[in-house]
This record gives sequence, structure tokens and C-alpha cells, in this order.
Amino acid sequence: METSRLTAERIREYLDQGKRFDGRKPEDFREITIEGNVSNKAEGSARVKLGKTEVIVGVKMGVAAPYPDSPNKGNLMVTSELLPLSSPRYENGPPKFPAVELGRLVDRAIRESKFVDFEKLCIKEGEKVWSVFIDIYSINDDGNLIDAATIGAVAALKWAKMPKYDEETGKVLYDEHTTKGLPLTKDIPICITPHKIGNKIIVDPTQEEEDVSEAKITIGANVEGVISSMQKGSPIELSIQEVHEMLDLSEKVRKKVFLKIEKFL
Amino acid sequence: MTKEKSDRKVVIPGEVIFEGEEYLPGEGTEKRENKIVAIRYGLAEESNGLVKVIAVSGVYQPRRGNVVIGKVENLTFYGWQINIDSAEGAFLPLQEVPGFVSKEELAEVMDIGDMVAAKIIGVSGRGVDLTIKLRGLGRIDEGLIIKVNSNKVPRVIGKEGSMINIIKEESGCNVTVGQNGLIWIKGEKIEEELLVKKAIEFIIERSSSHGLTEEVKEWFDKEKKEMKK
Amino acid sequence: MTKEKSTAFKRPDGRKVDEMRKMSAKVGIVPNADGSAMFSFGDTIAIAAVYGPRKMHPQHSQNPEKGTLRCNYSMLSFSVSDRIKPGPSRRGMEISKITEWALEPVLMLYKYPNMVIDVHINILQANASTRCAGINAAALALAHAGVPMREMVSSVSIGKLDKQLVVDLNKDEEDWEEGEGATDIPITLTQDGMLTHLQLDGKITSKELKEAIELAKKATKDIYEVQKKALKDSLNEEEDK
Repeated sequence: METSRLTAERIREYLDQGKRFDGRKPEDFREITIEGNVSNKAEGSARVKLGKTEVIVGVKMGVAAPYPDSPNKGNLMVTSELLPLSSPRYENGPPKFPAVELGRLVDRAIRESKFVDFEKLCIKEGEKVWSVFIDIYSINDDGNLIDAATIGAVAALKWAKMPKYDEETGKVLYDEHTTKGLPLTKDIPICITPHKIGNKIIVDPTQEEEDVSEAKITIGANVEGVISSMQKGSPIELSIQEVHEMLDLSEKVRKKVFLKIEKFL
Repeated sequence: MTKEKSDRKVVIPGEVIFEGEEYLPGEGTEKRENKIVAIRYGLAEESNGLVKVIAVSGVYQPRRGNVVIGKVENLTFYGWQINIDSAEGAFLPLQEVPGFVSKEELAEVMDIGDMVAAKIIGVSGRGVDLTIKLRGLGRIDEGLIIKVNSNKVPRVIGKEGSMINIIKEESGCNVTVGQNGLIWIKGEKIEEELLVKKAIEFIIERSSSHGLTEEVKEWFDKEKKEMKK
Repeated sequence: MTKEKSTAFKRPDGRKVDEMRKMSAKVGIVPNADGSAMFSFGDTIAIAAVYGPRKMHPQHSQNPEKGTLRCNYSMLSFSVSDRIKPGPSRRGMEISKITEWALEPVLMLYKYPNMVIDVHINILQANASTRCAGINAAALALAHAGVPMREMVSSVSIGKLDKQLVVDLNKDEEDWEEGEGATDIPITLTQDGMLTHLQLDGKITSKELKEAIELAKKATKDIYEVQKKALKDSLNEEEDK
């Protein structure tokens, strides 16, 4: 059942007093756990649990021609599927916008942050480069898939190992992983998506809170606070004041989230 | 710590529960030759030869006499279609509302998206029939609605209401428990409503232990001390 | 096939001819679902979630005589060495249908006219026998969801490598090339000896196939115990709290 108007009112009233249903403060994230190597055929994989929300992210590598406008850089493709397994609200069928949005938000967070050194993924300029495929799957949706998925993508990339590549035949030997990781930089992107509910801004909403959220902005940045991707979702407007609040909140929360996930990475 | 002996056995579909002519197949079971076999996952219980399997999981099964909480999904000429989170849909006909309601006034009494507490007066192939013609039933205007596994509702209510009464006394809130797992909580203060929510979650997590009423009383004492700090 | 030959037969991973890979199962892994489970044969891992029974939409698809079972099987893109492009596949569609046929005989769908029970199966990691792992997970998820079932169903792949019958094929064995090559026979059985699913790819005599079914009977007994334990442990865990 979708969250009722009654509960929505209560959520807003509670928030006015700085309280949330599960006892969290507006700026608190739920408990985060990250498990690596959950799928052994992937070059890298991770399972992230954020409260009851769970996503699994996998990294696969391939060799292909580079894009014409970046002949010396590896390719990145991020897709995401909201599995019908993960919620009674999702149906079997072609991806609907929320799934597409999720994939694109994580794509930009990874791509723009320069976390992956794509130039080091060049095999032969103009001809052959490594392609990085990041595939995100929701396993249980209890809100805030975006932030969870970005953490998953980062973890999967961090733990990924390059497969063997036979230069002569031009074939990737998938079942033979090397011990070499992907070329990564220190610029780990973390997405924090503040939501506006009534007069308050919160982070890491549960499904119920997401249902009553009026506006949100997904902000991808590194721990130093350098923002590399942003997108406002939803048709409701925000005041400049609220945008400032969201920026400040996301910076504060990101530091805390980074501390939480550091030990896993 | 010794595990308390449970007089109920966990059974799975196809499992033989009892063998012998003296047993009769109750709900969730089937008789095959002289064996009583479980046809659903749950706890097998036997009394006076009648064997049944109590559900511990799965979608709510509506029963006549149950109080349920639902959401108005649609208005028709003759009443309101209500979603009570069960497999079949539920319907509240015009006649089952106190006082006279004309077809034009339907939306004023209850509109799409409103929550309502109702009682099931009949379950048939066509669906579930509801009434709100009793005290305590009707549109819910204010409060908090939470959803729990409908199979855990008996624990939340307790024997003859013992558990739900403790919850109401300790919190000072009005609490209406729908057999379909939706629970309406209304208190003077937010803290009280959240306390009830927390208490129910506590009870649900421990739903299989005995001596729960004492544990819950202690839990409330502890929580209220914390709140005073 | 002489006795000496069968004891001397070497499987790629060293297992005996009638030895299964280590299995594991757990229920309740997807909190949102009405029922859910994970089942694995070695490193083939399947997860399944059940939603329903619930009203079937669109209305014109409703069956007034009995409920509809809708299975949907799909593999995660990175579950295999060569990435699978996300999206529906013909193979997935076929396995979805096979799974429906494997499960429907034990469900009592007449109790749910106009309703649907959705079973979603995803393969997290593949090393052959994926459809069997999927069926085992689906049966668990259905039981966990409290859906009435006459029996549990258990599924296993029996293989023939050249002339040797083996239990629980892995990928290396699927690709067996010596002699008559590999024959893959996924079978699903109930504990009371009814067969709900059978497929075959390869080359086999009728006599060998009958032997294969006997091997499946033994193997599914073990699988049933794993499934039973997963369901019982789930409730007993709560008892211990």
C-alpha cells in the first residue's frame, strides 16, 4: 500500500520537531554494511545494505573500440534494474524511468568524479580500450537506492580485479583474474540525496519518507566536498535557501558516511 | 539457557504431522489415507484430535468479524472500494454507514486516500464486505498508521487483549489493531505515538517467546526512564 | 557400464559420480516480499521472491476458475563470465515457463480465482544448474509466503558425461567433450515420487534415462532436507530470541 495521507501528515509533523519514525535525526543515515565479492564471475562486486534497503552491484570488463571523442580513454557504461523481486511496486518489463534515472545518476557520479583513471584503461589509442560495465540491481527497496547504489559501485570498483587480456588474439580471458586492480584515484564519489519534506530537509529516507518527499537533489562529491555531479529530481520548486541547506547538509553527512564505509573499502 | 518446549511443531508443505484414524484435518492440512499432512508452512497444533497449521507468514486471510484498517481506493455508486492488503478486495456499501448517505455525498463521508477502520461482515467469492456501523469504526482523521505482518497480530493483542492493554496504559495512546496488520495509533504527543510503534516492533521481534507481557512491562519502564532524561 | 568404470570415473572437481555440490538455503532474504529464499548448489546461487496471492491486473487477464502463477527468471548480467546484456532473453522466457510448469502441479490455484502469484527468480552467480537452483529457491519462497502447496518440489540436474551418469552438473561438465559428450537432464520431483519438470539436451538411451531419474530421486531427497531445514530454522531462530 502506498503511504497514506494520514501517515504523510504525521511524518511532516514529527519532522517539524526534528523526529523521524525510526528514531533517527534528519541528518542520520541508517546502518550501512558492505560485503564484497558476492558474485565470483564478476570482475568486482558488492552488496550494500542501508537499513533494509539492499542493492547488489557488479563490475564487468570488456575490450572494445573507444568512443570517437575520447580515443585514448576507456569506456564506462552504468545500467540499473529495479528488480520486481525487490518491491511489490515493480513489475516485470522494460526499465521505467526510476531505473533509468538511478543508472544515470550513478553513471555521472562515477564518471565526473574522475575516480576511475580512464586514460590508464587505454590499450591501443583509437583502436582498443577497456570498457567498464557497472550493473546495479535492487534486492530490497526501502528507500534511498541512489545513495546505496553509488556506495555499491565504488566498492565493486575498488575490489575489482582486471581479467587477463591476450594481446595476440585480442580476447579477454574472463576466468583468469589477475591480481591487478582497476586504475583508481583517491577521488571516491559519494552521493548524498537530501529530500525536502514539509519544512525540513532529511537524508536517507525510508520508502515511506520517499513517498512523501516533495523535492530532492542528488549530490555526488568527494570527501573534501568537491562536487562533481548534481541533479534535482521532482517537479516541486526549492528556495535558494533550501538549496543551500541541502548543500551544507550533504557535505556534513558525506563526511560521516565516508567514515562509516571507510573500514569496508 | 534451556529452550522452552514448544507444543507446536514447525511443518512444511507435504510433511506428515500425525498418523492415525483418530485425527481430523483442520485448516492448513489435508487427510491422505490415515495421515494428516501439512499443506502450508507454519506451526502445527493439535487439540482434541483436530490438527491445524497456524500460518506464520503470508498475505492476510480475511475472516468475518475481523476489525481491519484500510485505504479507500475508489468510489462507486454504491459505496467505497477499500484496500485492506488482502488478496481479494473489500467493499463498504452505502447501507453500512451510520445515518443516511446519499450517492452524492459519498466523497464527503470518505474520499480516495482516506484511511478507515471497519469490520468484516462477510467473505465470499466476490470479495470482502465491510461495515462501519459500530463504535470505534469509521474514517480515521488523525494519527499514525503502521503495518506489521498480519500473522503477528495475535501477539500484539495478547490473550484476551492483555498485551494491547498494557501498550495502551503505558503509553496513554488510543490503539486500534487491524487483524490485517495495519495498526492505528493516536496519542496526545508524538513521543507517545512513537513509543507505541517501538513497543510493537519489540513485540514482533520476540513474537515466539513466552513471558512476553512481563518483558514488555519492563521494556516500557526502561524506555520511559530514557525519555525523561 | 561396468562397476569398475563408474568408480574410476574422474569428475573435473573430484566429486564422486553421485556426489552433489555443497548446498545452502535460507528464507526471508527480501523483507518486502510475501515470501523469499536463496538456494545454492556450490557456487550457483539463486534468489527468489514471491508476491501474492494478489488481485490480477489487467482485469482481462484474470482467470475466474483459478489463480495464475507467473514466474519470471532472469540472470544478473555479471553472474556469468561473458556479461549478459540486461533485458529479456528468449532463454529466460523459456526457463520462466518451465519453472511455472514445475511448480504449478503442487500449488492449489483453484483457491485463488482472479488472483495472481508472482514468483521472481534471479541468478546471482552461475555455475550450471541455474534453473534447478531457481526452482528450489522458488519452491522455498512459495512455502515461506504461506501459499498452500500439496508438496515441496526439489530440482536437480543429472548429467551423462560420455557414458557416465553423474549428479549435479557444473559448468565444466556441461562443456564435456569426450566420447558422447555431455547430456544435461534437469529434473524436478516431489517427495511422493511425482515428476513436475523434465528436460534433456544430449544423447541418451531410454534405459540410461530411467537410471538418471532414479539418481534424481535420491538427489532430490537430499535437496528436500536442505529446503526443509531452511524453513524450520527460520522459525526456530525466532524461538531462540
